[in-house]
Amino acid sequence: MSLELLGISVLWIFLFGYLIVASIDFGAGFFVTYSEWTGQKHVLGNIIQRYLSPVWEVTNVFLVFFFVGIVGFFPKTAYYYGSALLIPVSISIILLAIRGSYYAFSTYGSKDNKWYTFLYGVTGVLIPASLTTVLTISEGGYLTITDESVSLKLTELLTSPYSWSVVLLSIVSVLFISASFLTYYANKAEDTRAENLLRRYALGWSVPSVLIAVIVFYMLKSQNLEHFQQMVDLAWMFMISLGFFMIGVYLIYKRKAYGWAFTAVMMQYFFAFLGYGASHYPYLLYPVLTIYDGFTNETMAIALVVAFIFGLLLLIPALYLLLRLFLFNRDYVKGNE
Amino acid sequence: MTYDATTYSRILTELTLSFHILFATIGVGVPLMIALAQWIGIKRNDHHYILLARRWTRGFTITVAVGVVTGTAIGLQLSLLWPKFMETAGQVIALPLFMETFAFFFEAIFLGIYIYTWDRFKKPIYHFLLLIPVAIGSSASAFFITTVNAFMNTPQGFEIVNGVITNIDPIEAMFSPSVPTKVSHVLVSAYMTSAFVLAALAAYQMLKGKNHEYYKKALKITMIPALVFSIATAVVGDFSGKFLAEYQPEKLAAAEWHFETESHAPLILYGYLDENGEIKGALEIPYALSILAGNTPSTEVIGLNEFPEDERPPLYVHYFFDLMVTLGVLLTIIALLYAMWLRWKPRLAHHKWMLRAIVWSAPLSLLAIEIGWFFAEVGRQPWILRGYMKVPEASTTSPHVGTLIIVFAVLYVILAVGSAIVLRKMFKNNPPEKELQEYSMKHGGEIHVS
Repeated sequence: MSLELLGISVLWIFLFGYLIVASIDFGAGFFVTYSEWTGQKHVLGNIIQRYLSPVWEVTNVFLVFFFVGIVGFFPKTAYYYGSALLIPVSISIILLAIRGSYYAFSTYGSKDNKWYTFLYGVTGVLIPASLTTVLTISEGGYLTITDESVSLKLTELLTSPYSWSVVLLSIVSVLFISASFLTYYANKAEDTRAENLLRRYALGWSVPSVLIAVIVFYMLKSQNLEHFQQMVDLAWMFMISLGFFMIGVYLIYKRKAYGWAFTAVMMQYFFAFLGYGASHYPYLLYPVLTIYDGFTNETMAIALVVAFIFGLLLLIPALYLLLRLFLFNRDYVKGNE
Repeated sequence: MTYDATTYSRILTELTLSFHILFATIGVGVPLMIALAQWIGIKRNDHHYILLARRWTRGFTITVAVGVVTGTAIGLQLSLLWPKFMETAGQVIALPLFMETFAFFFEAIFLGIYIYTWDRFKKPIYHFLLLIPVAIGSSASAFFITTVNAFMNTPQGFEIVNGVITNIDPIEAMFSPSVPTKVSHVLVSAYMTSAFVLAALAAYQMLKGKNHEYYKKALKITMIPALVFSIATAVVGDFSGKFLAEYQPEKLAAAEWHFETESHAPLILYGYLDENGEIKGALEIPYALSILAGNTPSTEVIGLNEFPEDERPPLYVHYFFDLMVTLGVLLTIIALLYAMWLRWKPRLAHHKWMLRAIVWSAPLSLLAIEIGWFFAEVGRQPWILRGYMKVPEASTTSPHVGTLIIVFAVLYVILAVGSAIVLRKMFKNNPPEKELQEYSMKHGGEIHVS
């Protein structure tokens, strides 16, 4: 495996990690707000708070890790994406800042403020929407590139059906992933009412998530034919993804093995995401930047890989401890501790 | 002001950094202070110190949250506002940036665990142990990120052949000459500032008439480290002067309005420049600059005139430098007075003027941090990467930076106001006396509540 491929694979896996943990977080925000409107906040509030409180910062670090890593391995991305994405990424930063700080304010400070809950719910939907514009832009056609500058064709981005279908996909996926996880968590906490509600949400968002994914796939054909073709060539990955989707939904429907159901949902997204990424190869940005010509020098790449391995040796036990104490600790989950 | 992407990018970066640095500084120093309080509490079996650690932790969660989100902002803004800098420097200095995220990751995980496990362990020392990775992680973050700033001042570890960067050595780049003085100055000044901020909280309550033991203990456990770290900051500051004289003479020369290269150079304090560029109204300390630069009056100090005009930092950095040093001296005196009185005249240590001075030490030390960073950053101008890349070559060409300045300014105001309100509420509605009473009722009066 070349260093370029190793670098992008590591980053892609971390991005997938962010996709899962952030989706759970973002979706949770939406569900809490929604359940407040429908007068069912008491059903969900506790369970979601117990899960999110110790982990929200960790979620944020996944994102930081990804963008620092991609600039490290592929410094040219800083030039292209950095120049072009000033507006959309700044919007994401602001939303993330509001969400993160107000989450802390409401959790550790004053409880039950309607305004916080509202912000928390709204940002949960808007952040994935704004972040996915990066993936949309990577398909090419949204940038004006000259020798001196790179700039974004904002109107084209905002009027593009492909762009909006990706936004829709991200939101629906967030809700589906989040609901499947929280169903499992509520079940562990033996909170039947929350479990039933969340199970309904999970089933409700399941089919739309796949339908919209198919729509995005067809939209891509007119946006980037080359990428579309490569995705067709990798169709088996998407079939596996679909298989896991059916397993996950079946288990949730049958109220069986929620843990496995959520694992299946994760695998569904893992294969879809991997298929998308692999068919995107070798381009970081169609059609101007590949992982080969955007790559850093070999010395730096090796240094980063070594740092990454040592970093993981520290992180994995630490993450295990975190999960052990909060996620897989029966007493904590149930609220006895 | 006509639109200029570079100037606007500088303003936005200054805005974000000057907001973030307050929270980052507290984020580096406070874990150490919490650890100190908890450790003493466990060792002496004194619940007051444990409660102190616990209350500081609660407040810390809020400042950490703001630190995390503004840190994410500056991390992304580096690429958004300075894409060409990141493209170039990223090839050489990406390693510590990458390692910083690991340190931060580590810190975030253990902080999450620490906050939620106060009463979960039978032996309190286990809970204390969880804090060690937090303190190490936060100081390590500061270390790594400061090495990147050091690299911008004294870049090394690469060669440029025909405009292409080659022969890259990431380790050499990471440990550039300014690392020792810069990193130690950042760390000890962060510990110092955090100690003063926490001391000010106790002093403020005492000024309002609270006289519980708890506050006196809080004052002592913060002011003694504040003294140690303010002296350490001054010592490291002196080393920084020597470092600058050798590696970044133009920065020292601009800070000191030192134009001609000479030995026996005097130190210029304050003053102003008249229309002919003559120094007026300044306090001159003979030989002091030479001594700062090289320990002896005969040390030759390079003057600003040795540098081409377009490579000189702006002369107003002189005021940043003087103000930073003045504040540092003032803070050391406050801490020293407290310590001396506590030792020889304990009654005066809690005199209202002493307490007032301690309350003031919090804003003054935060101001010193700000001014110090302004000196460090403006003193590097016109370079973003000293000797290789000037600021205008590095910035974005986007026409939208102006709008974003306004938007981010609003965001930071919201965050500042929000965190102030939440922190106030958090402590006002739940004073330590109340918590101590609850504790002693639960534990059958083991602790005297007077």
